[in-house]
Amino acid sequence: MSNPWGVVAEFDSAAAIYAAAEKTTGHGYTRVDAHTPFPVHGLDHALKQGPSHLGWIVICCGALGIALAQLMMWWMNASDYPIWVSGKEPYAWPSTVPVTFECMVLLSAFGAVFGMFGLNKLPRLHHPIFAHSTIGRVTDDRFFLSIEATDPKFDRRATVTFLESIGGKHVEVLED
Amino acid sequence: MTAITVIDEPENPLRRAPLVEGKNDFASVTDIVARVAENKTPKGWYLLFGIAIALLLNLGAMIGYLIFTGVGVWGNNIPVGWGWPIVNFVFWIGIGHAGTLISAILFLFRQKWRTSINRASEAMTIFAVMAAGIFPAIHVGRIWVIYWVFPLPNQMSLWPNFKSPLLWDVFAVSTYFTVSALFWFVGLIPDLATFRDRAARAGRTVAARVYGVFAFGWHGGNRHWIHYEKAYLILAALSTPLVLSVHSIVSFDFAVSLLPGWHTTIFPPYFVAGAIFSGFGMVLTLMIPARKWLGLHELITLNHLDNIAKILLLTGTMVGYAYGMEFFIAWYSGVPYEQFAFINRATGPYWWAYWIMVSCNVISPQFFWFRSLRRNPTVLFIISIFVNIGMWFERFVITVTSLHRDFLPSSWGYFSPTIIDVLTYVGSFGLFFTFFLLFCRFLPILAISEIKGVMPEANPHHGHGDHGGHGGHGSSHKGHSGHGHAH
Repeated sequence: MSNPWGVVAEFDSAAAIYAAAEKTTGHGYTRVDAHTPFPVHGLDHALKQGPSHLGWIVICCGALGIALAQLMMWWMNASDYPIWVSGKEPYAWPSTVPVTFECMVLLSAFGAVFGMFGLNKLPRLHHPIFAHSTIGRVTDDRFFLSIEATDPKFDRRATVTFLESIGGKHVEVLED
Repeated sequence: MTAITVIDEPENPLRRAPLVEGKNDFASVTDIVARVAENKTPKGWYLLFGIAIALLLNLGAMIGYLIFTGVGVWGNNIPVGWGWPIVNFVFWIGIGHAGTLISAILFLFRQKWRTSINRASEAMTIFAVMAAGIFPAIHVGRIWVIYWVFPLPNQMSLWPNFKSPLLWDVFAVSTYFTVSALFWFVGLIPDLATFRDRAARAGRTVAARVYGVFAFGWHGGNRHWIHYEKAYLILAALSTPLVLSVHSIVSFDFAVSLLPGWHTTIFPPYFVAGAIFSGFGMVLTLMIPARKWLGLHELITLNHLDNIAKILLLTGTMVGYAYGMEFFIAWYSGVPYEQFAFINRATGPYWWAYWIMVSCNVISPQFFWFRSLRRNPTVLFIISIFVNIGMWFERFVITVTSLHRDFLPSSWGYFSPTIIDVLTYVGSFGLFFTFFLLFCRFLPILAISEIKGVMPEANPHHGHGDHGGHGGHGSSHKGHSGHGHAH
């Protein structure tokens, strides 16, 4: 019991985790997260968590897709080996629209998926929270609240007492 | 869960029907879905899988024979240079589109009923696109230089011609496959975590490891969900125009040519409507047996089937409108070649194919004006088969009837498929069903976390204690109150 990662408590409904999240952030804790079987709506406000900035990654990737597609088609069909076909200029922008669109979608989708993994720091097959005795039900029907040890208000004993006082069950201190 | 009776009670049409029927809570939803993969493999599965594998081996043999001998083993010949391979390609790619419509477009429109059918439909999309992709690839003749379709350096120092719709197709279909697979995988992550945790609890270490690796260490953290939901929304927003573009580009393969019967501007919307129609037909063909055999009645309810039937009615009628409009435009254009192409379609040597198409695609969905037929799984299943047949014939009619009467009567011909054509097409079903059966056996076939999210008790302001009962008339369940409670 030398180096705690944090304290985790179990709750049994979406309403209970929402109330617990509000009380915890209201009590001044900041390194708080909820762990739920599905996204519980409004919980980000209760936890005082900001919105995702994934959109900016995606829009950059999409713009890159457009630029790369245009550059590729111009260079291949008009610069490196000009092709005169179907009565069109070697580079004719209307005929580049479909491929440009597909490349934009492809790179945006890569941005959305890999950006999401990056922001979430996944894959991470081991996480301290998996040491909790009932955490296996987080993907079934139980809701968990974690307060990390890096929280300025964190105190092993006081935090455990606090989580118990707001109705948490199986309150456990987890090692890093 | 042996005798589940869903009582089709008369209900207030203004009240939204519950998405999950019976007395279910979060744990029982997890159970219903996970049980499918955890229970002992049913004998029927082995039987179906054996048939599918046999057909898949047959596909491999047919492709091998084709590659070693040449495309002459098919019925394709001048004037019908595009025969079954392109018909099968468009057939399969169209089927894929319903999966994306359900997962992306209905998501953007907040159609919550999509949650119980989106996972299997997305799987259907991926396997259908795989089956589709085979045909243009093996159709090129010299398959060993198939990489010429990609913008890769080759010995001729020649790049692909980016003005060709066939090349747009390469980009559209490969992007579509990649994005659909990513979308599907992202949706699977929380449910793979569910399978991981259940396997770990049951002491099945190998399964827990395998599911665990693919679950990426998911622990449902809310910070993760925030990015996850954003990613899902963005993927839906990207997939929506993508799916419309894919079948539009497929239709360009035809419409950009100058052939009477192909060279029309109605093709992109007409193809997209047909694709959605055919895909929903295949969704019903797959989901009606699945819900019966796997005991999913409470999650895939008659309301879901009813909604799908309404979409079939709508898109089938749209396709019917397109058939009529093609004739009108042919007449209105004043171009004798166009007029001949369409009169020939309906009354020429392929009249039988044309009228099979019209009966299956336009007439058969009209039964869905009747609510009782929309809620009858047997009727739905039979009509879904007609839809599949009709949509295959639509592509056959478009492809073959436009080609077999060349501009010069001396070049006229009549296309007949060879046995290799038929066996290759049948084999593509083997590929599709092999993957689909593996999916049904080993993966969460319903989106567990999404279904929980649309249950009334998922709302944090739903209040304690009255979760569960929701218009259900099943057996009593753990003493919950709130029986038949209307929300």
